[in-house]
Amino acid sequence: MTESDPRQVAIRFTDVARHFGNVKAVDHVSLDIYDGEFFSLLGPSGSGKTTCLRMIAGFESPSSGSIQLYGEEVSKMPPYERDVNTVFQDYALFPHMNVQKNIAYGLMVKRVPRKERERRVNEILDMVQLTTLGKRKPSQLSGGQRQRVALARALVNHPRVLLLDEPLGALDLKLRQQMQIELKAIQQRVGITFIYVTHDQEEALTMSDRLAVFNHGKIEQVGTPAEVYERPATSFVASFVGVSNFVESDQAFKITGEGKSFTLRPEKIRLTTPDSATPGDCYGLNGTIRDVIYLGMYTRYLVDTEAGIDLTVVVQNLESTSSDVFAARKRPVKVLWQKVHNRVVEE
Amino acid sequence: MSTDPAVPATNPPLRSKSPIRLISNFLYRHSCLATALLLLLPMLWLVVIYLGSLGTMMLQSFYTYNRNTAQIIEEFSLEAYKEAFTDPNLSPPNKDAIKRTVRMAAAVTIAAAILAFPLAYYMARYAGPKMKGALYLGVMLPLWSSYLVRVYAWKLILAKDGVMTWFLEKLGLMPVLDWLLDIEGIGGNSLSTSYIGVFLVFLYVWMPYMVLPINAALERVPKSLTEASSDLGARPWYTFLRVILPLSFPGVVAGSIFTFSLTLGDYIIPSVIGTSSYFLGTLVFTHRGTVGNWPLAAVLTLVPVVIMMVYLSVAKRLGAFDAL
Repeated sequence: MTESDPRQVAIRFTDVARHFGNVKAVDHVSLDIYDGEFFSLLGPSGSGKTTCLRMIAGFESPSSGSIQLYGEEVSKMPPYERDVNTVFQDYALFPHMNVQKNIAYGLMVKRVPRKERERRVNEILDMVQLTTLGKRKPSQLSGGQRQRVALARALVNHPRVLLLDEPLGALDLKLRQQMQIELKAIQQRVGITFIYVTHDQEEALTMSDRLAVFNHGKIEQVGTPAEVYERPATSFVASFVGVSNFVESDQAFKITGEGKSFTLRPEKIRLTTPDSATPGDCYGLNGTIRDVIYLGMYTRYLVDTEAGIDLTVVVQNLESTSSDVFAARKRPVKVLWQKVHNRVVEE
Repeated sequence: MSTDPAVPATNPPLRSKSPIRLISNFLYRHSCLATALLLLLPMLWLVVIYLGSLGTMMLQSFYTYNRNTAQIIEEFSLEAYKEAFTDPNLSPPNKDAIKRTVRMAAAVTIAAAILAFPLAYYMARYAGPKMKGALYLGVMLPLWSSYLVRVYAWKLILAKDGVMTWFLEKLGLMPVLDWLLDIEGIGGNSLSTSYIGVFLVFLYVWMPYMVLPINAALERVPKSLTEASSDLGARPWYTFLRVILPLSFPGVVAGSIFTFSLTLGDYIIPSVIGTSSYFLGTLVFTHRGTVGNWPLAAVLTLVPVVIMMVYLSVAKRLGAFDAL
């Protein structure tokens, strides 16, 4: 959020709060989202990310603070006057209209002439690969097809900002991964600012240019996926984005000699024999493998160390077979990791 | 594993030889038989009592009534039909009564739909749980007291020196009432002796039957559809016309079937309130009750049945049942 950033600000939240009774759904959030970005709002359910999206769309209005859309104050503006469109979590397709009419709805409202309307609907149907299904009713489509119609219905209006509320949540894993790549490709093709709400950290890391991690109505960190993963600002971010070992301050003291708690990614730790030496740039702890979880591509080891710290270690199954890894259970080991991988965080 | 003595270590056996269990098992394997058993009583009711009495009535319409002996001749003839629609003495008043009744039923249905929709919409969309409960109770409360009592109460309310007149006087609206009562065809001496009065009481007694189906239909329209519509740029009125109304229209049709058919068949309200002009119900009552002319009464009773069949087929063609 650098002030000197040359890019145009698409959405600016300034000290926005939204209360439902005593519940602070969104607690004084300030945020800039730039033009043309794929921006994710990531967080667990109830963290305020969806409320933020709904405030941009206009379905909720902030209790205090201001929301600007390309410099224009919109916090009091009804949804139908905002140049944003939404892809809903349940798709919200009109069940009494066929696919073409669903997609043309926004153009009908804006009184776009028939010829132009048909051209744009056909164009967008091609883009989401539903060319032949225009006459079907939503009830005759699969989940993945409905999702595409919902996307097409929003995109056909060429909004300045497209809002997506966990649109892939109802799809199965394979389809979801395919759609993630497709969505990103579509976003780059149309160049519209996408704001994507998700609780799935992998999804956010896959697609986003930048993301904001929400917790209890507040933003914990904003950054690129690499920044958020490699330099988590708080212990919450470290545990929510990817898997982390969290070492509390008093235990951290035993390892680093400093009373600052830190997080450590499990893939950064190596397992060696108990008698191997600890290089100067590494921390080393002796311990025992308590449990082994074989996950096909890699194996997760739970190690009890002498210092009383439990560490999760992830090792890729480069050459080891499942019988090798299971044999490691109860075996004494030494864990080693480079000092630079410790991430000191706020608690 | 828990070692708490309060928690039994094993579950009771899943299989037992009790007779009820054996019957359940048998029915589970023969689900057609289970369905047949479930449907037995309602089907008996529908076929024997309901369709049976309707069939008997149709049969009666083909009998002949001998005016001189006041006897019913149980032989097939179309005499009663001929009499009802071509007899110079009977036909014009019959046709007038049919027209009058259908017009009344249509007016009541349209007015009920217009009044019920906003209420049902408020109940489905905006009312909190408490308010919703109160409104449901309010809509259904009149159904708890006797229909006859309520109709007579309305007669008093609408009477020339009744509460309604007093109230309108206080509001200074008497000229409006006088103007209404002066209108040829719907007016009369007072509210309780005019078609307006009949209309008001019909509207009152059938209103719950319109509110509840519309409300049920509106409850099934997800809120996200209205949000999607406004998100796509539609103002509230456009959203109402293009999204809410089409999706709740089956509810309106369901309600209209109630209000329309109930008005077509009712004979108490037109005989207690209103002018002495015949409605279909009062006409049937007179032929059957005072004269004893069963065949003619049966023919006139079939009129609303036919009208409703036409009504339903038109509604079907309009797509009112597509969303069911």
